[in-house]
Amino acid sequence: MTRLAGGLIDRARNLNFTFDGRTYAGHPGDTLASALMANGVRLVGRSFKYHRPRGVFSAGSEEPNALVELRSGARKEPNTRATMAELYDGLEAASQNHVGPLGFDLLAVNDLFSPFFAAGFYYKTFMWPRAFWEKLYEPAIRRAAGLGSLSMQPDPDTYDKRFLHCDLLVIGGGAAGLSAALTAARAGARVILADEDFCLGGRLLAESHLLDDAPATEWVARVQAELAALPNVRILPRTTVFGAFDHGVYGAVERVADHLPQPGAQVRQTLWRITARGAVLAAGAIERHIPFQNNDRPGIMLAGAMRAYANRWAASPARRVAIFTNNDDGHRTALDLAAKGVEIAAVIDPREGVRTQGDYPVIAGLVENAKGRLGLTAIKVAARGGSQWIDCDALGVSGGWNPNVHLSSHHRGRPVWDAALQAFLPAKDGPPGLVCAGAVAGQGGTAAALRSGADAAVVALADLGITAHAPDLPRAEDAAQNLHPLWHVPGKGRAWVDFQNDVTVKDITLAHQENMRPVEHLKRWTTLGMATDQGKTANVTALAVMSELTGKPIPETGTTIFRPPYSGVSLSVLGGGDTGPHFRPRRLTPTHEWARAQGAVFVEAGPWMRAQYFPRPGETTWRETVDREVLATRKGVGICDVTTLGKVDVQGPDAGEFLDRIYANAMKSLRVGMVRYGLMLREDGTAWDDGTCARLGDAHYVVTTTTANAGPVYRHMEFCRQCLWPELDVQLISTTDAWAQIAVAGPNARRLLERIVDGFDLSNGAFPFMACAELTVCGGLRARLFRISFSGELAYEIAVPARYGQALAERLMEQGADLGATPYGTEALGVMRIEKGHAAGNELNGQTTAQMLGLGRMVSTRKDAIGAVMSRREGLAAERRVLVGLQPVDAADPVVAGAHLFAEGAPQDTSSDQGWISSACFSPHVGSAIGLGFLMDGAARMGEVVVGANPLQGQTVRLRVVPAHFIDPEGERLRD
Amino acid sequence: MLIPHPLLGLRDAQEFTYLGDAALLNRPDGMAEGAEAAFAEYVYLRDNPAGLHRELWFHEQGDRSWLVVTRDTTTHQILGAELARDVKLKGGAA
Amino acid sequence: MHFSGLRVIREALTGHKGWKPLWRNPEPQPAYDYIIVGGGGHGLATAYYLAKAFGRARIAVLEKSWLGSGNVGRNTTIIRSNYLLPGNEPFYEFSMKLWEGLEQEFNFNAMVSQRGILNLCHTDAQRDAYRRRGNAMLLAGADAELLDREGVRAMAPFLNFDNARFPIKGGLLQRRAGTARHDGVAWGYARGADMQGVDLIQNCEVTGLRIKAGRVCGVETTRGPIAAGKVGVAVAGASSRVMAMAGMRLPIESHVLQAFVTEGLKPTIPGVITFGAGHFYVSQSDKGGLVFGGDIDGYNSYAQRGNLPVIEDVTEGGMALMPMIGRARLLRVWGGAIDMSMDGSPIIDRTPVEGLYLNAGWCYGGFKATPASGYAFAHLLATGRPHETAAAYRLDRFARGHVIDEKGVGAQPNLH
Repeated sequence: MTRLAGGLIDRARNLNFTFDGRTYAGHPGDTLASALMANGVRLVGRSFKYHRPRGVFSAGSEEPNALVELRSGARKEPNTRATMAELYDGLEAASQNHVGPLGFDLLAVNDLFSPFFAAGFYYKTFMWPRAFWEKLYEPAIRRAAGLGSLSMQPDPDTYDKRFLHCDLLVIGGGAAGLSAALTAARAGARVILADEDFCLGGRLLAESHLLDDAPATEWVARVQAELAALPNVRILPRTTVFGAFDHGVYGAVERVADHLPQPGAQVRQTLWRITARGAVLAAGAIERHIPFQNNDRPGIMLAGAMRAYANRWAASPARRVAIFTNNDDGHRTALDLAAKGVEIAAVIDPREGVRTQGDYPVIAGLVENAKGRLGLTAIKVAARGGSQWIDCDALGVSGGWNPNVHLSSHHRGRPVWDAALQAFLPAKDGPPGLVCAGAVAGQGGTAAALRSGADAAVVALADLGITAHAPDLPRAEDAAQNLHPLWHVPGKGRAWVDFQNDVTVKDITLAHQENMRPVEHLKRWTTLGMATDQGKTANVTALAVMSELTGKPIPETGTTIFRPPYSGVSLSVLGGGDTGPHFRPRRLTPTHEWARAQGAVFVEAGPWMRAQYFPRPGETTWRETVDREVLATRKGVGICDVTTLGKVDVQGPDAGEFLDRIYANAMKSLRVGMVRYGLMLREDGTAWDDGTCARLGDAHYVVTTTTANAGPVYRHMEFCRQCLWPELDVQLISTTDAWAQIAVAGPNARRLLERIVDGFDLSNGAFPFMACAELTVCGGLRARLFRISFSGELAYEIAVPARYGQALAERLMEQGADLGATPYGTEALGVMRIEKGHAAGNELNGQTTAQMLGLGRMVSTRKDAIGAVMSRREGLAAERRVLVGLQPVDAADPVVAGAHLFAEGAPQDTSSDQGWISSACFSPHVGSAIGLGFLMDGAARMGEVVVGANPLQGQTVRLRVVPAHFIDPEGERLRD
Repeated sequence: MLIPHPLLGLRDAQEFTYLGDAALLNRPDGMAEGAEAAFAEYVYLRDNPAGLHRELWFHEQGDRSWLVVTRDTTTHQILGAELARDVKLKGGAA
Repeated sequence: MHFSGLRVIREALTGHKGWKPLWRNPEPQPAYDYIIVGGGGHGLATAYYLAKAFGRARIAVLEKSWLGSGNVGRNTTIIRSNYLLPGNEPFYEFSMKLWEGLEQEFNFNAMVSQRGILNLCHTDAQRDAYRRRGNAMLLAGADAELLDREGVRAMAPFLNFDNARFPIKGGLLQRRAGTARHDGVAWGYARGADMQGVDLIQNCEVTGLRIKAGRVCGVETTRGPIAAGKVGVAVAGASSRVMAMAGMRLPIESHVLQAFVTEGLKPTIPGVITFGAGHFYVSQSDKGGLVFGGDIDGYNSYAQRGNLPVIEDVTEGGMALMPMIGRARLLRVWGGAIDMSMDGSPIIDRTPVEGLYLNAGWCYGGFKATPASGYAFAHLLATGRPHETAAAYRLDRFARGHVIDEKGVGAQPNLH
């Protein structure tokens, strides 16, 4: 056990947890990493490429080594940083990325062959024989690569997306963040304070020095209490602000229940979209290490992390430790650990004239090697007098601190090198409204950070017109670091720069030798910075090493910018619960419940659920049902909900003129009380949408659109009205949802409707084909009636206010029982429209023209309408494929949509392709399968036999070209 | 992104549907001489500037206004928004 | 230097002292016969084929940043030839055939992995459209298979079959499709071109085109003027900016496309899978990250970064399709400026300026086209005639009405 005294853990309670099946105990306040450390566990993982044994390296989200699979079953969470996993009772964790036990990973053989796996080696081999890549090399690589594994089960937890607005978002709750939040809060600003940790305080919790002569935790607690009591402040612990987006929008993830065994009734995590008028980035700094040979041994870690474990978590990786530092901060670790009773073997510090600051030995020199494969046992120290091995079980390394500038470069601003600090500071062109404070801004001392936080808040709020004043801040230390740059220890062996991805100084040297010198090439060639830690502890060091090799200063060598997310964000929370059946909203028609009662099978039609067919007892296939619905409609009367078709109400003195410009054909000339089929083109001249346009009054039209284009057509019409012709006096409103519309089709349609209209003359003379009217039905219910037909039968569409849709359907069924009233679904609708030769989505697919649809003459040349001019372009005019009907020569043959058409005897290849079958069905009327298709010169080829080729399914069928009306070609039924 | 709607104030860009260059306001006369060439340019060619861009957004999940938004395509900074109708009545997008 | 497993072993045993630079860092010469503007995938491939396949010399590639910093350096690495229209399919199938021999051709392992692409369909109409497309692929000499729901389940049992808003009805499978290591492709072409004597000049931004009497005669750059016989522009994402220097407006808008990668995972997903009821496509890299993408943000942008709503939307699609990825973490999001053309298809053509050629408008799909695009552009530059598979990619097709609109959405770039 290496548990020390003190710390911010609750020793009164034990939390049991398992790691690789063994049970350990920790305390509330522990992370998995600190608990493992306190239990003397040093080996926790394996590296990506060489499968090197690894231990905890850091105390934060920058952790490259200590990745575990947390939890089990469907909740298994791979690649979880032990340093961020808050301990709870019953926590289960397992090490990952090894074959065999963690201590004896068979894939560690890679390490023996590491000379063969130098940077970029895979680009140079595995090319022969060609087929071996997919069969042999790649599967082997893929099995060895990757890190943790997914459970392959759906995530059982729930997630939420929420929105917040504030004046000031403070990112980071350390000295600078707390002081910024306090400043803003007291000024009355709406403040959000977010920190990725589960308690506020940041580095203040990790240090031993005092604020106003008291432990820093007392000040933290006081500030937190004040903030928590203010109504204008929201504190979000366990919340990572992961991205800075446009216009003050920040993405954040709150880990609501990750510290609990199970979320219970809560969501596991919440995705916050925070819209902040201003922000203070006070995310601190990340310590950097100093590469030397075998510097990745378990037990070697960041010195500041070592101090954090000792002070905050009362844990030490060992009883005897050494420190390797090039600045005064490393000495603090020695002092604090020594004060907690840890033996300091030595502080190795290469700076001239360095002295001990306490009761520990200092060696002016370098650490140049380390021993202990599964856990550090000794370090080799080179000093003026020569080299010596010093026994120690842990080594803290400090090479200075890198400001945590990530979010400041999310708008692609480049961090700026500060030679005095030997660090990259935030870009000047960071996200607008974002002010950096504390260590991020190079103000890493506690007193400086406190001041800088308050100043940043004052500045950020001044931009918003809010006057704030810096509060009285506690007295604090402000020691200089006195850093002497040391980027790596030269030597022959492998010295790790990027731990997780196993990128060493040698790899960078090789990249330089092979001219992969631009920083982006360096990263990509060596995989530096591509691991789960995104190079947080590696990138700057690598740049410095490359700078040494090129002989150019660091800023000329390059800078790296950072992209969201700051640290990994679970896909579940980004999906936020809009998954499974909730992926998209589900729109139900007004007759949905009625259809369900009728036994309907429903089908997705864009956002809508529509009745597809209505099976009856005894029917064994959907085809049987559909055939019955079609025949019943053609013989008696069928009823179908067509509410999903788009409806746009167009009113105003210029409505006719407006519609004349919208439709390819004329509409102004339409008489009141009549309906006209209308064709809309896109401005590029392609056929876009069709439907009906009914004129209900002098200045009142109702336009219908296809279901799929209801939204786009309305948007387009508003574009035309507002952007093209605002001078026209016309108003639009989408009424798709306002009216339930039901098609009543079949020879008995009139007789059925006569039973529900309120004294309205439906005779052919009074209400002919393509007539429309406003009327009342069922004793006073206002309705609209259109005599239009999609099926080719005598047919009407009747619209009533949506809430009466269901009642209307019921009434029609009730009144029509003796007339054979039959509900039909989208399948029968589709069959009947193919039999009638009406185009639908498969024909109006955005690639066809009016001419191809046989509607070329509808495009008026006497007026200017959307798309008319472009429809006359040479390429469109030259298009020879036109809509035809297709019928198999052998009635037993199938007709399949998606087959391509060829002249008989022609080779079946792209150059001989003459068209395709767009829609097909079995026609109970014809007694065989039939199809609609586009065929080259089709109009002139009636009666000819062509070949429908569907090589995808091994089918070739002889088809006779027929007119695209399989039923009632003269249109007598619908005019009857 | 947030769009400063001239009537409704700052609104989330997710409420809007984007169309493109506000030059689409300047539709040529389809009955004029040489209309086909003018339309080919209108329909297909774009300045596509790296910098200030006047562009059309439709407040589809809102008041159904078409807006002309002036936005910098290199920074996404928005300099202003007007009702497209007003822009058109004043003579279209320059 | 020839790369091989033997060479890797020999170098490993001798301390890697023998590895040479992958390419030189030449100073720009005063004049070249051919200047390719843009050292991304297409520019590098063009230079490579111009030298290797067409035997041309005195070639330079001018890159404003580092080689491969175009969209070849940030994409979802998918290669496929599953197009419908006759203007496209033969070209992409030509590209696929070049992919199949690419690594042996340029002696560099670009990790071309033919693990297949499965496009899922969720409605009958979608299946009809896939059938038409699959047949078009077969008719053009490519491979395609139509799977039913059970066929899909056998390939990808982890998909959401039982609790989906839009049930999976089947899919169109192209087994020869797959992925390639994007950087490897850029570097393979760069190294190959360099070995053929092409000057690859980095940190050299073209700031002007020198045009005299309607003919291009060179370029102005940040490293001085350079004379040229012919200039080929392959700068997708920035095509409008560069061609504006020649006074041209293009049928192109620049948009931002975001791409996503998760932390590394043990093998999870076999090939490339695309969702048909939302915009989401995914594959798994050899390192184990799930690489995925979806819709473009949808507004003109050169900012090379996107916004949160699209990140959420794309992830929703992923979660809806394969809910077992939920506990994986998104590691990185990046945004690239892409050329969205007015019909969703590219342009490889001469321009009104003599000697000035354009390769542009690749929308989402430039990566898979890299070999064929380079070859066809080199063909055009060398012979003055379009390559037979790229003959439809004309600049005047918009005015003449010969657009190649795979999605059928018309002249609105953000819908393609």
